[in-house]
Amino acid sequence: MSSFSFFPQVSVRHPLAAVLPKKGSVRVGEPLAAIPKLTEVKPASRLALRPAPEMVSSGVREIDTLTGGLPRGCLTEVCGSQSSGRTSLLFATLAAATKRQEACALVDVNDVFDPRLAAAAEVGFEQLLWVRCGSPVENSYSSARTFRVGFGAGKYSEAGKNFARQRGETTLGQALRVTDLLLQSGGFGLVTLDLGDVPLNMARRIPLTSWFRFQRTIEHTPTVLLVITLEPCAQTCASLLLKMQAQFLGARPGAGDEKPPVCSPPHSAQDRKAPARWKGSGLRSAEEVPKKLPASGGFSHTELLEGLHIQTEVLRSRLERKPARSLTTFTSQSVCAG
Amino acid sequence: MPYACIFIPNFPVEALLRVEPDLRARGFAVLEGKAPLQKVFAVNQNARRAGVEPGMTKVQVEPCADLVVRPRSPFLENTAHAALLDCAQSFSPRVEDTAQDTIVLDLAGLETLFGPLHKVAGDLARRVSTLGLEAQVAVAENPDAAVLAARGFSGVTVIPEGEAAEQLSRLPLEVLFADQSTDQESELVLETLHRWGLRRLGELARLPEIAISERLGQRGVYLQTLARGAAARTLVPFELPLAFEEAIELEYPLVLLEPLACLLSRMLEQLCARLEARALATQELRLALELQKDHLVEGVELPVGRDRRPFPQHPPSWFRRTLRLPVPLLDGKVFLKLLQLDLKAHPPGAPIRKIHLTAEPARPRAVQNGFFLPPSPEPEKLELTLAKIAGIVGGDRVGSLALLDTHRPEGFRMQPFVLRESASESGGKQESRQEKGSAELVTALRIFRPPLAAKVTLFEGKPTYVSSSQGEAWGGEIVWAAGPWRSSGDWWETEGWSRDEWDIAVQEETTIVCYRLVRDLLRGRWLLEGTYD
Repeated sequence: MSSFSFFPQVSVRHPLAAVLPKKGSVRVGEPLAAIPKLTEVKPASRLALRPAPEMVSSGVREIDTLTGGLPRGCLTEVCGSQSSGRTSLLFATLAAATKRQEACALVDVNDVFDPRLAAAAEVGFEQLLWVRCGSPVENSYSSARTFRVGFGAGKYSEAGKNFARQRGETTLGQALRVTDLLLQSGGFGLVTLDLGDVPLNMARRIPLTSWFRFQRTIEHTPTVLLVITLEPCAQTCASLLLKMQAQFLGARPGAGDEKPPVCSPPHSAQDRKAPARWKGSGLRSAEEVPKKLPASGGFSHTELLEGLHIQTEVLRSRLERKPARSLTTFTSQSVCAG
Repeated sequence: MPYACIFIPNFPVEALLRVEPDLRARGFAVLEGKAPLQKVFAVNQNARRAGVEPGMTKVQVEPCADLVVRPRSPFLENTAHAALLDCAQSFSPRVEDTAQDTIVLDLAGLETLFGPLHKVAGDLARRVSTLGLEAQVAVAENPDAAVLAARGFSGVTVIPEGEAAEQLSRLPLEVLFADQSTDQESELVLETLHRWGLRRLGELARLPEIAISERLGQRGVYLQTLARGAAARTLVPFELPLAFEEAIELEYPLVLLEPLACLLSRMLEQLCARLEARALATQELRLALELQKDHLVEGVELPVGRDRRPFPQHPPSWFRRTLRLPVPLLDGKVFLKLLQLDLKAHPPGAPIRKIHLTAEPARPRAVQNGFFLPPSPEPEKLELTLAKIAGIVGGDRVGSLALLDTHRPEGFRMQPFVLRESASESGGKQESRQEKGSAELVTALRIFRPPLAAKVTLFEGKPTYVSSSQGEAWGGEIVWAAGPWRSSGDWWETEGWSRDEWDIAVQEETTIVCYRLVRDLLRGRWLLEGTYD
């Protein structure tokens, strides 16, 4: 009896035979991508391509060169400590947006907006809606002071911290509700939420769902949501995260070749242990001058605050275009200087 | 040339039922006069069936079951009359205000616009019913025939040309004197005609003209001409001043805002319908609420509206609010929402007895949209959003700002945020200047409001150490200082100012922060005004 097989005799090839290199055909170490079949395979991250958001000018050429501008329909977060140049960038962004005849809104959590310097920065007030959160009573001396200065531990009484926390939560709640209303209303080219003076512990308590809600509301709209904070708070909801640091520039008019005193913030943990040092001729370090001014600065009325030397770093960018470099510097000018 | 007449039977009753339509199914009587001598002035059909007649006293009608009694309201009658005129003028530009309850329109040339005469008459009746009034409409070849037909026939009547005498002959003689019921001479003439055995217009029309002239004079001849439907006169067009007002008087004072919102909704619907009839919108709404006086609290200032114009008919027990809109709008729902938000933020403080709502007419805005215009919020949505935000942070803390012509610190004022429609002027315009380079970027200041009191240690007249002056332990070494720069002003005013400004850099724990330090020379105190950022 002849045997028969239940299964037809077919030549069975190994499933990976098509992609596996034949013996001896590929040298060891040659990348798999060189194999013709694998070049047609697309990575999973590229399968669903989202359209790149439209970019608008931030008002600062260096930042536009670094990031391409600010993305529409996305949340951009700018963080930095006090005197790091965040508000200067905010003014420039508002000026650029109002020049484009776009309606802008500023949700001012601590009521810190300075109209005179904003006018000097050419912000168009006709297009700017200013919302001043909190009442004048809430923004009283003690609460504002506790918000703004000295975020190190141990400097304040518990009563002061609690008072600031209660007031801050009321004002912060107002700010989030107002921001939500503005985003839901739609039609604004730029909405800015200034949390620059809100203590970290309060800002971090903003639930992530709030940030998600903001981000989803402005998605597919032409609105730019710009958030100013001390430290990053929006986490993954921010499409662009910039960190700013600054050095102030003080100058003496007619000083000639003498370099202006520049005070650098500390950049490393080692630096943080020591106070910031002075640079510039004839100036002593802060350690040596606890009570006196630098020797070359004998007359304070001959000194001028020229501006801030601002350093901006891209900490995160989810945009299509990745910056070639992540750091840029520029300088702001004080209005009365020069 | 056809004419149409709109007649509202029992007009005082209809004017009151317009604001209380739920009572239409019940017997309704209107009283006139001062208590206790009030008498029934007008009744509706249901009340008539119950045996209530004009002239009865209040005491006589009170025992009637299911009878609603209201005092006569001249203001509501005027409002209803104005609404009727608006409705008529939406059909024809030539309208005569014949009587409080009678309007005559010239329909010449309208057939090509609105269709045949019976359709025009039907549309008229339907439009009047949307105003909350039940009307009788008649169309005839001359105004007086139309008036007699509207008064005599119920529903919608169209008298073909040449048949006026035949159609009117069936009507009773009383329709000739409907608008002169209190005239003693008219009563005598009517009595004379009755004594002659005449009851219908046709009987009067058949009498010889000379005999009528001999017995009743020219007045009798005129009445006979009317009865024949042959009177020919021209319309006296009436130009109604554009006053869009709605009012309602409440039987019981209102305490809650929710029922007030229901009434406002109805009034706004009527106002918007009247504005729309004239192709107008509104940019200002004025709400006046008469409050119950005995609930006013002594010594408490009632909130008043922003409208400071003299309003003589509103004594101090009135609570007024004015809504000024950035652009002319005609959306009743938006108006209602804005009024609700405003009343929540500024409650009246006492029960409400009367509501008076006025709309200032304005031309509707014309918007030219385009593909390349910058994004801007819709005015209706923006207005609602601003009202909600004002309810959260306060009305004076949201808006745009304007700098004042002064060097005084904080020299600015808040003003309502109004988006100018300048997109058409600058739409498509390229940015006229390039974005700022770093050389032009302005160093910003974050202002402390109010400024923070500080204690400053001086060395040789320059600040070297700054600390808080109230309780909290904060201080920092001043590692760099520039100043002082002195400024002062308003010394000719009661509140002058004089200050020295310093720019300082303070050593904090981990960083150096730049502040603006100010010395108030008049009060002798140090203040931290803000941080440079």
